[in-house]
Amino acid sequence: MNKLLLTSSQTVGPFFAPALLREDAVRNVLVQPETVGERVRIEGRVLDGDRLPVPDGLVEIWQANAHGRYHHPADSGPATLDPSFVGFGRSGTENEGLYWFETIKPGPVPFDHERWQTPHICVTVFARGLLNHLVTRLYFAGEPANARDPILLSVPEHRRATLLAARQQKGTSVVYLFDIILQGEGETAFFNV
Amino acid sequence: MNHTTIGDIVRGDREVFPPYLYEAYQSTRRRAPMLPLVEVPLTLSELTGPGPAISAITPQDADLTRNAGTGGEAIGQRIIVTGRVLDERGTPVPHTLLEIWQANAAGRYLHKRDQWPGPIDPNFLGMGRCVTNHEGVYRFLTIRPGAYPWLNHPNAWRPAHIHFSVFGPSLLSRLVTQMYFPDDPLHALDPIFNGVPTEQARQRLLASYDHSLTEPEWALGYRWDIVVHGPYATPFKSREKGQP
Repeated sequence: MNKLLLTSSQTVGPFFAPALLREDAVRNVLVQPETVGERVRIEGRVLDGDRLPVPDGLVEIWQANAHGRYHHPADSGPATLDPSFVGFGRSGTENEGLYWFETIKPGPVPFDHERWQTPHICVTVFARGLLNHLVTRLYFAGEPANARDPILLSVPEHRRATLLAARQQKGTSVVYLFDIILQGEGETAFFNV
Repeated sequence: MNHTTIGDIVRGDREVFPPYLYEAYQSTRRRAPMLPLVEVPLTLSELTGPGPAISAITPQDADLTRNAGTGGEAIGQRIIVTGRVLDERGTPVPHTLLEIWQANAAGRYLHKRDQWPGPIDPNFLGMGRCVTNHEGVYRFLTIRPGAYPWLNHPNAWRPAHIHFSVFGPSLLSRLVTQMYFPDDPLHALDPIFNGVPTEQARQRLLASYDHSLTEPEWALGYRWDIVVHGPYATPFKSREKGQP
């Protein structure tokens, strides 16, 4: 079959915020009061090859709900949909490279007909200087199923730690810290997807 | 653009997508990853995505000449920009959100970090949104953006362009790119445009003037189709070449 050539990617540039982070386009808070699941805050910094914060980046996340169901027609269950949870987040990094989300910990989702994927959040990074966006995943440190996750196991062992968000208790809140290092020592493992 | 260091880390098809490191575009130097991208099988996580669930917009969002809400109209050459969002098999992508942003007719962005002395147009926000219809067609009314200077290299000017953000059916189809206008002498001098590796792929970023879209006594018409990855569990081409 003759396939159409894909449209190439170009940098998001430095001036996207009025469009992509306008009040009704930014999505730091993914949860509503009735959303099912353990509340977690995800936060971290986007850092460049000099360990300097990237103050003009954009981070998007995509995740399943607490039952492990994606709000998407390609996920036909059997896990239950949560009508109060889409699972899409979008945050700027304007404050010292810091992004944040208020969300819930996702449930495990299928890998194939037999295996499961450990809870994870898909992360996409856009910035000036990135001609194409970067794709990675956040995993939850200490999750027992991490040890047999087929995707995490495809990441070279010495780089896996870059995908593990560390749990912190801040008062009554659970915070998972996930810095995204674009380049150099501790460079985050990014995926070719 | 002939003498620049080009990195070999690319996400997706190497004949279409730019490398992360393209030194002529200086901001890539400290932001490009240097380690190989990890090859993984596609899973339900990638074959789903936010596209189908997000679409809330109002009809006036697609009219950038008036959506500043001032009651006034933006200054500049009024243009219609329309086309279809398709996947690589030619299947239209219906009901998907497009977000665009652009400089005004003088080449100035309404952004605190854009400080060059081009005039601001109080009736132009430079941002718009629309959702494709059931045939994958989108349509914006806007003004033609101006070129603008940047500090990448001496006397650097970006060719006129409109930024596009597209969701599509899955995470694989997520795309942020730029649409350019035909016959712009600045294309050959622009390291962002030339970061796209092949002439064929660069041509796909150019809108074409289409007189059948031009409306008499009103606006010039440009056509630009966008082709995104469909939700198919087929690997990117780069994997077939045995990339690490």
